[in-house]
Order: sequence, then structure tokens, then C-alpha cells
Amino acid sequence: MTAIPILEARNLTRELPGPVPVTLVRDIDLGVGAGEFVAITGPSGSGKSSLLYLLGLLDAPSNGEVLVDGLTTHGLNDNQLADLRLSRFGFVFQFHFLLPEFNALDNVQIPMRRLGLLGAGEIRDRAEMLLQALGLGEHAHKLPEQMSGGQRQRVAIARAMANDPAVILADEPTGNLDTKSAENVFSQFRRLATDLGRAVVVVTHDTELAARADRRVHLVDGRIVP
Amino acid sequence: MPAPLGLAIAARHLSHRRRQTVTSLLGVALGVAFFIAIASMMQGFQQDFVNRIIDSSPHVTIKDEFRTPPRQPVENVYPGATIQLRGLKPKDEVRGLRGGRAIIAALEQIPGLKVAPTLSGNALLRYGPKDSSVNVIGIDPDKERLVTKLEQDLIAGKLEGLYTAANGIILGEGVALKAGIAMDDLVSVVSPEGVVLRMKVVGIFRSGLTLTDNFDTYMLMKKAQVLQNRPNVINRVRIRMDDVEQAEALAKSIESRFGYRTESWQEQSSNVLGIFVIQNAIMYSTVGAILIVACFGIFNVISTVVFEKTKDIGILKSMGFRDADIRRIFVYEGLMVGCIGVLMGWALGYGLVEFMGSLEFKMEGFVRAEGFVLYRTPKHYAISGAMGLLASTFAAWLPARRASRMKPVDIVRGAA
Repeated sequence: MTAIPILEARNLTRELPGPVPVTLVRDIDLGVGAGEFVAITGPSGSGKSSLLYLLGLLDAPSNGEVLVDGLTTHGLNDNQLADLRLSRFGFVFQFHFLLPEFNALDNVQIPMRRLGLLGAGEIRDRAEMLLQALGLGEHAHKLPEQMSGGQRQRVAIARAMANDPAVILADEPTGNLDTKSAENVFSQFRRLATDLGRAVVVVTHDTELAARADRRVHLVDGRIVP
Repeated sequence: MPAPLGLAIAARHLSHRRRQTVTSLLGVALGVAFFIAIASMMQGFQQDFVNRIIDSSPHVTIKDEFRTPPRQPVENVYPGATIQLRGLKPKDEVRGLRGGRAIIAALEQIPGLKVAPTLSGNALLRYGPKDSSVNVIGIDPDKERLVTKLEQDLIAGKLEGLYTAANGIILGEGVALKAGIAMDDLVSVVSPEGVVLRMKVVGIFRSGLTLTDNFDTYMLMKKAQVLQNRPNVINRVRIRMDDVEQAEALAKSIESRFGYRTESWQEQSSNVLGIFVIQNAIMYSTVGAILIVACFGIFNVISTVVFEKTKDIGILKSMGFRDADIRRIFVYEGLMVGCIGVLMGWALGYGLVEFMGSLEFKMEGFVRAEGFVLYRTPKHYAISGAMGLLASTFAAWLPARRASRMKPVDIVRGAA
């Protein structure tokens, strides 16, 4: 399933400068293709999240490069990186990070409104469709505070899907959920990869869930170990 | 970022912090409203005062004085030397404008000028047991009515009364009130020369300028010359101009041509006009202070929003919002507070001005007035609006810039 890597890390190293430099990740080589579901696992402090931020262009590597659609992102400025994130990436974090003043439907619309490719009506229809697909049709007009943790996280997934990204990156998306909700959320990621052909990278410490991914990348002290 | 999206986020942020938002709104609104009210009151008063001066007094006055004392011959012989002259006596000259008729004839050639000669001097007005010191001005009524507003200012009698009565005198309202003099009363006027004239009050005027109303009296030029024992002498030439703004230039050119001290209305009222400058400075600093306080309010609310919204900033940025988008959201918040505050301030300011306009009271200072004279101009609204918007944008800019510089990875890492 790894024909053409949509997202590729080459020789990726990230060090935090300081009196005592800290290496977050070192010499990572990783490719993720369309429809592939990759789980990044490892103990706390192994650099899982740091790797995800590097892959998601949220952080800049000290060395090495990240390629998106086979093109290097090295040397792009902040605005170009932001535009790339907007159109090609969708993020889900451990905390839902929904805007608390906006209801679910509005939250899902925000990335589309920022991109500005669709008209207001199309954006609304698509947001409703996305929520529907995640089983949240009847909760569309609720504020985040009126929903359960699992529901919020599913709204966050709908939002991550808003601009039809090629890559979905998730950082401990089930970390705060009970087993049943975690199961539900995880199966959504599975669906995104298998049915919709997205490249999905999920950081998790839940080995049981990780076992259901197509591929498992285990990190120890910032390095991939087999 | 499309503007509606930024505005929508900004509006939600503000509407969820209603109390703080309202406080900042009130700050801007009060600053704007007070500016409009105070500016309208101050400028109204100043404009009114200047108008009264321009209406009732001559625009340029030539006096029988010199700005600098005459040079002594010895100073010409030893220029720059230290000279001590003892026992110097001024020449005993006939006081008055020498060649007054010629000066008037020359000035009358200039288009746009009305010229009236006068002889003014001090005298004592005696009525019953009351003595009051007055300023006696000898005029030519036909010329005077062209130059000053005396005729319109008369609240009793007519200017022609000076011709028809044998010895007519026109008194300022204050002079008449203080001594209890009424129309047609006979008064004695005593000059420093010792001449006494029995005169009949043929008119009373009210100019609204307190100093003028309390001291000035008018009589025919001939009578004044008799009273002062200065036949055929004039000591003032009063000039009225079509364009009052040219007064200073004209005064200067007359003075350099004839040598006599020539004062424009600005120079004659320089003490009061100087007070206006200070008044305006006080007004602007007061209103400026209010707006600075309003600025702190806006700065405070937007800083709080930025602080509380750190997570939102993180997700918006990782979602693909640019730094400039984030900055714009928070500047929009400042602008919203500014715009709504300015609109509220305009309404409040308008209300205040109309309220002050409805007040009636008696006031006597430099001028006599029956209430606030208010100056209404769109300019006050424009200035206060611009200041309000500028202040609120500036107050929002600083926290907005801080928000835009936050790194999304620091935020999501810190929270996760």
C-alpha cells in the first residue's frame, strides 16, 4: 500500500538548543502513502509527538527534511507552510481544541471558510455531511461544552477532514476518552485510511489500538527501533 | 483570510466577554462624547467672543502713540555706546495724530476699508452724588455707524440723538446702571482739563463686552474736543475691513507708513486670545487623558482574550491560519470596540451638546451670555472619531502582535 509516499521524512533530527541541548528525534526516515494507517508508539518522552509536529510542519527540523507529495518543504516561509497545512493536512489533538464560542457546525466550517474555495452554502452542506458521517448529525448545533469527550473528538475529526486533506495527523486522539469512545474514534481513523484513502498517522501509547494499524513505528529516545 | 470569518471570530470573542467589552466601549464612548461636548462649548464661546469683538470693535486702530520711544540725537552720534542722559525732558507736543485728516484721506482711498476718526480720553461722569470714571469717545456718527456696531447695540435712543440734542451723550449700559442714570437725564462730564459740560443722555448701548459696557461713553467729536480742550485734534483712527483676517497685515503696513502705533483686533485682544490657546491645550489634554484610559481598557480586554485564547490560536495556526490572520482577528476586536464606542460616543456627545444648549443661565465674565454658546460642526465628530479609532486600533495592535507571534507547536505541546 505504500506506492507513492504522500508524506516523507528524510534523516529528520530535531534538537532543542540551550545550555544542555535536548534531542527530541534523531535520524528519522519514514514514508506514509495514501490509504496507509501508521501508528507511532513509544514510551513517554520518546519523541512521538515531536515527530508528529515535524511531519505536520508545525515545527522546523534542525536537520533533514519533510517532503509533501514528493516536494521538499525545506526553505518554505511561515505563510507557505501555513497554506500547505490548510490544504493538505488535518490535525486532531489529544484535547479537542474546538473553538468554544462556535457550535459544532461552525467549528467544522472554519477551515473551509479560511481556504475560501467553496461558497457559503457548499461549505455548510459539506460540514453537515462530515458531521453526519461521524454520527453527529443531531449534535451539529451544540456548543463544544454541551457535548461529551468522544463527541467533541469526532467533531475535531470532522474539522480535520474539512478541506479534504491528503494527510491526517493525530496526537493521542483517544488519550482522554473512555474505552468505548476511544474504540469509536479509532475506527473513524481506520475508515479514513481504508475507505477514503487518506494517509493517517496517529501517535498513541495504547498498544492494543496501535496493533490495528497497517504499520507500527516504535520510538525509543527519539529513534525508530524495530 | 476572508474578512467575514475574521470578523465572526472577533465578534464571538467580544460577545463572550460582555462585561469587559462594555467597559471598554464606555471608555471610548465617554472620551468621544466629552470631546464633542467640550470642544463645542469651548469653540462656541471662543467663536462668539471673537465675533463680538469683530462686530463691535474696530478691526484696526491707529493710536497717537509710538511703539518705541524717539531716538535721542546722541544715540545716533555714538551708536552702540553706553550713554547716560540726565535731566531729559520729553518735548511738550500737542498730543494727537499729526496730519490726522491726511491719514484718513489716504486710508479712504484703499478699497474695502471704512475709516472713522475719534478722540478718546478720560473723564469723570457726575450724576447726583455718584462719580464714575469713564472713557469719553468723540465720534462722527455718520462714519461711526459704518465702522462699529454702536448703532445696533443701542438699547435705548438713537445715534442721531447726538445731533439733535444740544449736548448729547450715549452711555454704556454698565455706566448707566452703576450711577442709576436713565434716558434724558442730565449728567455732568468733567475732563482732566477742568472743562465741565452738562450733557443729556440720548442713548444707552449694550455690546455684551463687559469692559466696553462699563466704561465707554460716546459724544460728538466737537464736544469731545471742547471737553478735552484739544480743538481739531483726533487721537484714534478706527478702521473696519471687509476681510477681518487681513487686519494684522494692514496694521503693520499702516504703522510702517505713518509711524503711529497701529493695533489690529488680534493685538488689542491678545490677552484673551492667549487664554484661548491655554483653554484649548487643557481641553485636548483632558480628552487625550480620557482616551488614553480608554486605550488601557481596550488593551486590557484584548490582552485577556489573547491570553485566554492561546489554545484557539494554536489550533487556528496549525489548521493553516497565517500569522497575519491571527493578528487581524485581534485588531478587528479593537476596531469593533472602537467603531461601536465611537458611534455611542457620537450619540452621547450629540445628546450632551443639545442638553447644554437647552440650559439657560446668566453669566458675566469677559462677555455677557444667557447660556452656553455652542459651536456645532461635523469636524468635532470627525476628529473624535478618528482619535477613538486610532486609539483602539493601537491598543489592540500590541496584544494582537503577541498573539500572531505565538508558535503553534509550543501551544499544542504545552497543552498535550
